[in-house]
Amino acid sequence: MSNSPAAPVAPEPGSPHQELSRQPGLWELFLACSRVGLSGFGGVLPLLRHLLVEERRLMSGADFNALLGLCQFLPGSNVVNLAVCVGARFHGARGAIVATSGLLLGPFLVMMALATAYGVWGHLAVVQDMLRGIAAAGAGLLFATALKMARNVPERWIYLPFAALILVALVILRLPLPPLMLALLGMTGLIAYRRARRAAGLATTAKTDS
Amino acid sequence: MALLADLFLQFSILTVVAFGGITAMLPELHRVVVEQRQWMDETTFAHLFAIAQAAPGPNLLVVSLIGWKVAGIPGAIAATLAISLPMSLVIFFLYRHWERFRDAPWREAIQTGVAPLAVGLVCTSGWLIGASAGLDLRGILLTLACTGLMSVRSWHPLWYIGAGAAAGALGLV
Repeated sequence: MSNSPAAPVAPEPGSPHQELSRQPGLWELFLACSRVGLSGFGGVLPLLRHLLVEERRLMSGADFNALLGLCQFLPGSNVVNLAVCVGARFHGARGAIVATSGLLLGPFLVMMALATAYGVWGHLAVVQDMLRGIAAAGAGLLFATALKMARNVPERWIYLPFAALILVALVILRLPLPPLMLALLGMTGLIAYRRARRAAGLATTAKTDS
Repeated sequence: MALLADLFLQFSILTVVAFGGITAMLPELHRVVVEQRQWMDETTFAHLFAIAQAAPGPNLLVVSLIGWKVAGIPGAIAATLAISLPMSLVIFFLYRHWERFRDAPWREAIQTGVAPLAVGLVCTSGWLIGASAGLDLRGILLTLACTGLMSVRSWHPLWYIGAGAAAGALGLV
């Protein structure tokens, strides 16, 4: 959800970016993604970028940004979407499967181990107290993330009321999200579309005037 | 089997509107899992979120824990596949054609339109986790302290998680 003014520029075909790309083997892809998945606490995305662009030099920063744009645009988990793109780019369907399972398998097994431990010791008062403390801190992290995201929203006086609207609709009215999301996205999307059109129209008028 | 199919279907539907990542989906997960299907209580939901916070990996894996609670290991596998598979397929067939849409005005409009909704959703997630965990005044103070500190300092999230766990174990929240 990056709205930074310095939007990544698309690499031109046949540009020197291509000399960066080399073909990693399937096994290398799996291991690299596993390492990223297992070492990512609170955000895997920066690690994935570091591995692909800086450490292994499998793609250029511009290529990475272009793929990330798509992955953040579409719903679902950004990192899984990205793993699919990266894997598919190098080895087609097999690569997509290998990269995604590399990313998810290790952490999934860790989760299952923790789940089993929770099944055994979850009833203990001290465990419940610790988890409540983590939940309190985690809620704080979520609020801080929301604040950071809000700061990146352009023209906040128009758009942020919709953030409040969706919060009220979910917390107080308890509406189901899928229809709500589509309705609100229709509204905010239309506003953004019309404002962009008007801005483009004004720019053209200004150009003709001068 | 019917339970697994239901779990898979519910979570697949969810990914279609999961703009803003899985963190923004916690409210809808909560609605389906706790309120509608009553697969677990509020406290367990908050506990599973806490465990996922303390573990490595992409944050979508909180659904593996939810799946596990509903139907054991098969439930965990079904939930994880349901969250990751549908959009993976879409993106697999779409990523080659992406460059063509990059500068389309509707794409920009949707991206601008999604951002404020994601803000609202992540805020709702924070609210719901706090409410589900049954925080008292001291817990709320810890939440607010973390929010404030995180906004001004870029310390690693694990420090906050560790501090939360310690505060809980010491009986402070």
